[in-house]
Amino acid sequence: MNQSGWLQLILYVVLLVLITKPLGLYLYQVLDVNGRTFLDPVIRPIENITYRFIRIDARKEQGWILYTASMLLFSAVTAIFTYVLLRYQNLLPLNPQNMPAVVDHLAFNTAFSFTTNTNWQSYSGESTMSYLSQMLALVCHNFFSAAIGIAIAAAVVRGIVRHSSQTIGNFWVDLVRINLYLLLPICIIYAVFLVAQGIPQNFKPYDTAKVVEAQTVQVPKKDDAGNPVKDAKGNVIMVDQKVDTQSIVQGPIASQIAIKMLGTNGGGYTNANAAHPFENPTPLSNLIQMLSIFAIPSALTYYFGRMTKNQKHGWTVWGTMAILFVAGTLVCWAAESGGNPMVQHLGVDASGGNMEGKEVRFGIFNSALFATITTDASCGAVNAMHDSFTPLGGFVPLFNIQLGEIVFGGVGSGLYGMILFIVLAVFIAGLMVGRTPEYFGKKIESYDVKMASIAILLMAFSILGFSGWAALTPWGQAGVNNNGPHGLSEIFYAYSSCTGNNGSAFAGLTANPSNNDPHYDITLAFATLIGRYGIIIPVMALAGSLGRKKLVATGAGTFPVTGPLFIILLIGTILLVGALTFLPALTLTPILEHFLMLNGKLF
Amino acid sequence: MAVKSHSIFDPTIIVPAIGDSFRKLNPISLAKNPVMFVTEVGAAITTFLIIAGHGGNFGFQLQICLWLWFTVLFANFAEAMAEGRGKAQAKALRATRTQTFANRLKADGTVEKVAANHLRKGDIVVVSANELIPGDGEVIEGAATVDESAITGESAPVIRESGGDRSAVTGGTKVLSDQVKIEITSNPGETFLDRMISLVEGATRQKTPNEIALTILLSALTLIFLIAMMSLKAFGIASSVDFPISVLVALLVCLIPTTIGGLLSAIGIAGIDRLVQKNVLAMSGRSVEAAGDVDVLLLDKTGTITMGNRQATDFLPAPGVTKQQLADAAQLASLADETPEGRSIVVLAKNYGIRARELGDMPEMTFVPFTAQTRMSGVDMNGSSYRKGAADAIRKFAGGKMPEAVEKDVKAVSSSGATPLVVASKQTILGTILLKDIVKGGLADRFERFRAIGIRTVMITGDNPLTAAAIAKEAGVDDYLAEAKPEDKLALCRKEQQAGHLVAMTGDGTNDAPALAQADVGVAMNTGTQAAKEAGNMVDLDSNPTKLIEIVEIGKQLLITRGALTTFSIANDVAKYFAIIPAMLVGVFPQIAPLNVMFLKSPESAILSAVIFNALIIIALIPLALKGVRFRPLGAARILQRNLLIYGAGGIVLPFIGIKLIDMIISAVHLA
Repeated sequence: MNQSGWLQLILYVVLLVLITKPLGLYLYQVLDVNGRTFLDPVIRPIENITYRFIRIDARKEQGWILYTASMLLFSAVTAIFTYVLLRYQNLLPLNPQNMPAVVDHLAFNTAFSFTTNTNWQSYSGESTMSYLSQMLALVCHNFFSAAIGIAIAAAVVRGIVRHSSQTIGNFWVDLVRINLYLLLPICIIYAVFLVAQGIPQNFKPYDTAKVVEAQTVQVPKKDDAGNPVKDAKGNVIMVDQKVDTQSIVQGPIASQIAIKMLGTNGGGYTNANAAHPFENPTPLSNLIQMLSIFAIPSALTYYFGRMTKNQKHGWTVWGTMAILFVAGTLVCWAAESGGNPMVQHLGVDASGGNMEGKEVRFGIFNSALFATITTDASCGAVNAMHDSFTPLGGFVPLFNIQLGEIVFGGVGSGLYGMILFIVLAVFIAGLMVGRTPEYFGKKIESYDVKMASIAILLMAFSILGFSGWAALTPWGQAGVNNNGPHGLSEIFYAYSSCTGNNGSAFAGLTANPSNNDPHYDITLAFATLIGRYGIIIPVMALAGSLGRKKLVATGAGTFPVTGPLFIILLIGTILLVGALTFLPALTLTPILEHFLMLNGKLF
Repeated sequence: MAVKSHSIFDPTIIVPAIGDSFRKLNPISLAKNPVMFVTEVGAAITTFLIIAGHGGNFGFQLQICLWLWFTVLFANFAEAMAEGRGKAQAKALRATRTQTFANRLKADGTVEKVAANHLRKGDIVVVSANELIPGDGEVIEGAATVDESAITGESAPVIRESGGDRSAVTGGTKVLSDQVKIEITSNPGETFLDRMISLVEGATRQKTPNEIALTILLSALTLIFLIAMMSLKAFGIASSVDFPISVLVALLVCLIPTTIGGLLSAIGIAGIDRLVQKNVLAMSGRSVEAAGDVDVLLLDKTGTITMGNRQATDFLPAPGVTKQQLADAAQLASLADETPEGRSIVVLAKNYGIRARELGDMPEMTFVPFTAQTRMSGVDMNGSSYRKGAADAIRKFAGGKMPEAVEKDVKAVSSSGATPLVVASKQTILGTILLKDIVKGGLADRFERFRAIGIRTVMITGDNPLTAAAIAKEAGVDDYLAEAKPEDKLALCRKEQQAGHLVAMTGDGTNDAPALAQADVGVAMNTGTQAAKEAGNMVDLDSNPTKLIEIVEIGKQLLITRGALTTFSIANDVAKYFAIIPAMLVGVFPQIAPLNVMFLKSPESAILSAVIFNALIIIALIPLALKGVRFRPLGAARILQRNLLIYGAGGIVLPFIGIKLIDMIISAVHLA
C-alpha cells in the first residue's frame, strides 16, 4: 500500500465528489418531463418526434402497476429481439469474421443477461459475436437497461416525494428522455475520447499478425467432420500444431466501451474485458472508465437529495456508499499488496504483491480499485482477473455484490436498492424513537415492510439457492476449474454476480462447457431475472404505496435520516440484515481459503 | 382503584405462567408466531434425531435439544407472564362487579327484582340509597350522591343527576343518598369493564399494525436464514464436511430473531397492562400504539391546565391603605361568599395576619349577596359596609370616583389575563384583589418535555384571547384556541389532522363526542356522558384530564421497547456467528481456529453456549419487556443515539461476554 496508491484513491474520490453535484442537477432536469437543459434546442424536437412516433402522450402519467408493466413489456420485446438476432447472426450483415449462429442456451442466457443490465458473458465476444450482434443486440441493451434502471430509480424517488398521488411518472417518457438527454450525448463525447486514447472504432475484419516467436501447442486431432478422434482407450488423440500467426480483434469497440462503463453494464467487447489493451489502453482511460462507472449512481444520490428537498439526506446516502466503497478498496488493496505468503516463502520478492492475473500496466492498486468499483456498482467490467486474487482480495468483490449492489450500485438500481435498506433501517430503528416509523412523512406500514422484505428475500434465495443446488450437482461441479473452497467460490460468485446483475466472473467457472450442458446458462439467466425484476417489482410496489400515502407532519419527534448517526445505522442494517445472511456460506469459501492459505494450502 | 402493579416475581403470577408455557407449545397456537414456530419445529427435529439414534455425541445432542425446547418455553413463559399480569388486573376489576340484583321497572310501572347480569340495553332500573348500581347507564330521573371509589379509588362521593354532563354511572358503584332511575346502556358482556378484561386477558387481542409489520420482517429474516442453512449444508457436502442436522438447527435458531420473536406479544400485552395500572381503559391495542404517534395534544383549560376555579393571589392596596387593611376588608366582604373565589380570598387574607373569622361569630353582620344587577357582594356591620366586585360596580357604589392608582391596577390586572375585584369600605376604595386561574403545578415542566420530543400542546378555552394568552404563557403551552365553542374542538382537531398531525384529546361532555371520535386518541372521562365514552377509544377511570400526558408516554414506551429489543435481537447474531461457525468447521479444517475469537473451549461447548445464551436472554429480558424501556423526554435524534448505543452496540458486545461466560461455566462442570 504505497503512497501513489493513496494519492490515486484520494484523487478518485475528489473527482467523484466534483462531478456528483453538476451531474445530479442535470439529472434533476432530465428526469422531469418539464425539465430544461442546455441541449433542449437540439434534442427537444427529436424528443417530440419520438413521442409522436411511439404514440405517447408525454403529459399523461402512469400508476406504479402500469409503469412497471410497460417496463416489463419493453424488456420482454427487446430480449426476444436480441435472442432472435443472435440465433441468426450468421445470416445477417456486418459479420466479416463469419461468426456462426449463437447456440440456443447461450443466446437465451445472453439475451436476459443484457436485458437485465447484468452482462454476464458465457462467451468470448471476439470469437462469438458479429459486429451487428455487438452493436445492435448488445449495445442497444446497454442503453436500454441502463435507462430502465435510472427510470425505476426516478419513479421510486417520485413515490417517496409525492403524497396522496396515484401516479409516479411515465415509463416511456423517462426511457426516451434518459436516452436522448443523458446517455447518448455523454456516450458520443466519451467514445470520441476513447478513440483518442487508442480504442478501435471500425468495421474492418480482424487483423492478422505474424508472431515473433512461433509456438507449438497440442490440440485434439479431428476427423473430417470436426469431431475429436479417440484412441482405443477412449482418450482423445493429441497432435502438435504450430502457431505462427495471431488474430487481432477489430470492430466498433469504442462506442461499446463508453456505454458499457457509463451504464454499469460491464459486458466486454472482448473476453479480457477492460484488461484488453483495445478496451482500456492508457492510465487515463482507466481512470475515466472507473469514474464513469460511479458517475451516474453517485449523481443520483444528489438528485435524490434535491427531489426530497433534503440535500443532507442525499449526501448521507452518498456518505454511506462512500464509506463502504473505501473500506472495500482498502481491504482488497491490502490483501493484494500483501500477496501470497507461500509464494514469498519460495523466495520470490514480496514487494510486488500478488500480480497473478493482473495487467502490469495497472499494477496492484489500480486492479484492486477497479475490482472494488466494478463490483460495488453492478458494472462487472474487469481489468484484472478476480479469480486470481488472494482469497481476501477476492472476498471483497464477492461480498460487494452480495451487499446487494448498493454501494453506488448499478445506474438507478444502486439507489433503489439502497432505498430498500433505508426503509428497513428506518423501520427497525424508527420504533426506537417511540413513533410508528416514518420516512419523509410517510408511515412505514406492514405493506411497505412486506415489499422490502420480499426483495431482500428473493435476492438471498436466488444466490444461496442456486449456489447450493449447483454445488451438489455433477453439472455444477463440472464447471469449476479449482478444487476446494476456491471452486465453491467460483460457483458462489457466478450466482451472486448474476443475481446482483453485476456480470463479472470469478473467471475460473466454465458456464458454457464444450459438451453444451445448458444448466449454468439457464440457471444463471434465471438468476439475472430474479435479481432484476424480483427487486424492481416489489420496490415499485413500495414506491406506489409511499406515493399514495398522506403526509405526516415532521417535527422534533421525527426520526432523523441525516448525519453520521444515520450512516452508522444504515451501514449496520446493510451488514446485519443484508450481508450476515451470506456469512455462513462465505466462511466455507474465501474465508476458509484464506486460513488454508496461511497454513500452506492453495487451490 | 384496587388495581396495583404487580412485582415481576409475584409467585401468584409466575406459577400459573409456568403451566401456561407448556400449554402454549401447541403448534397450532404457536403458528401465529413464525419465529417461535420454526424454533419449535427445530426442537422437534432434534428430538426425533435423538430418538431415532442419529448422530454421535448423545449427551451433546440431548443438551442442544433440551435448550431448544427451553427457548420455546421461555418465549411462551414471557407471554404467559404478561397475560398473567393482565389477568390479575382483570381479576381486580372483576371484583368490583360482585353479583348484584337490580330493581327493574316494568312497562306497567311495577318493579321486579332481576339478577344484574340479566339486564339488557334499554332496561330501566331504580337504585336507592346504599344499593349498588347494577350496570353502566345513564341517570334519567333524579339526582344522587354516588361512591365511585371502587372504580376510581377516590373516596369523596360525587353527584350524578339526570340531564347535562354528569349523568353517566358505572356498574359496581354505590348510591349513597337519594334515589335515581337509570337507563342501562350496555348489554351484559359489553360494558367497558368487560371489553377491557378481555383485552388484558388476551382473549380478543389482535396484532396491532406495527406488530404485524414487525412480524413480517421477522418472518422474512427467518426464511432467509433457513435458506442460508440449507445452502451451508450443500456447501458443506461439496467441501466434504458433513454438518450434523442438530448443529444446523442450533445455528438456525441462534440466527433467527428469537429474542424479539419470543417477547413481541409480551411487550404488547404489557403496554395495555401499564395503562390499566394508570386507571385507563383502552378499547384496543391499536389505540395504545396510536398514542405513541400523537404529536398534538388538545387540552381543555379548565380541569386539565388550570385548577377548576380562579383564586385570589394578591392584594393591591390603594394609596394610603396598607396591604393588611385591604386584606382585612376583603376578608370581611367575602366571609359570607361561599364561591371558590370567595373562599380563596379568605384563605389568602390569612397570610396577612388576619385571623380566621366565622360568620357565626358576628351576629350583628348582614350579608349582601351577589346579584346580576349590583355585580358585587359584601357585608354590612356596625354601620360600615364592605363591598367587593367589578371595578365599575364598586366605582358607582363609592360615588363615581376611583383613585387613579387603583384604576391603573385594575387595567394592569385585566391586561395580564387575570380578573380584578375592587374592595371598598363605605365610600372609600381600598384597593384591588387579583383573581387568577391557577395553573396546575409541574405542567410547564411537562410541556417542556413534550416540546423536546416533538409534541405540541394546544389549550382550548372559552376565555377571551387576552386571558387565554396569559394562561397559555404561564402554563407553557405552545398554542391556544380562545373563545372556543364546543364545536370548535372538532374543527381544530380536523385542521390539525389535515396538516398531517396525529391528535390526542380528552373530553367528557356529549358535545365533545364528535371531536373525541375524530381524534386519533380520544380519552373520555369516566364521569362524562355515555356518548363521550362511546366516541373515545380510551376511558380514564380517574377522570383526570392530565392523564393524557401519561398515556402518550406509555404509547411511546411500548414502541421504543419493541424497536430496542428488535435491534438488540438482530445485533446479537454477530457473536453467535463467531461462536458457532468456527466450531462447525474446526474439526475438518483446524486452520480456521483463529476465527474462534472468543477462545471457546471446544466446538461442542461453543455451540452449546450460543444456544444457551440465546435461550437465557429471553428470560433475562422478560422484566424489560414487561416494564418497558425507560422513556426519556429527548428529541428523536438523541433518543435514537442513546438506544442505538445501548441496544445496537450493546447487542453486539453483550453476547460475546455472555457466551464466553457460559462456555467457562459449562466446561468447568464438564457439560461439554
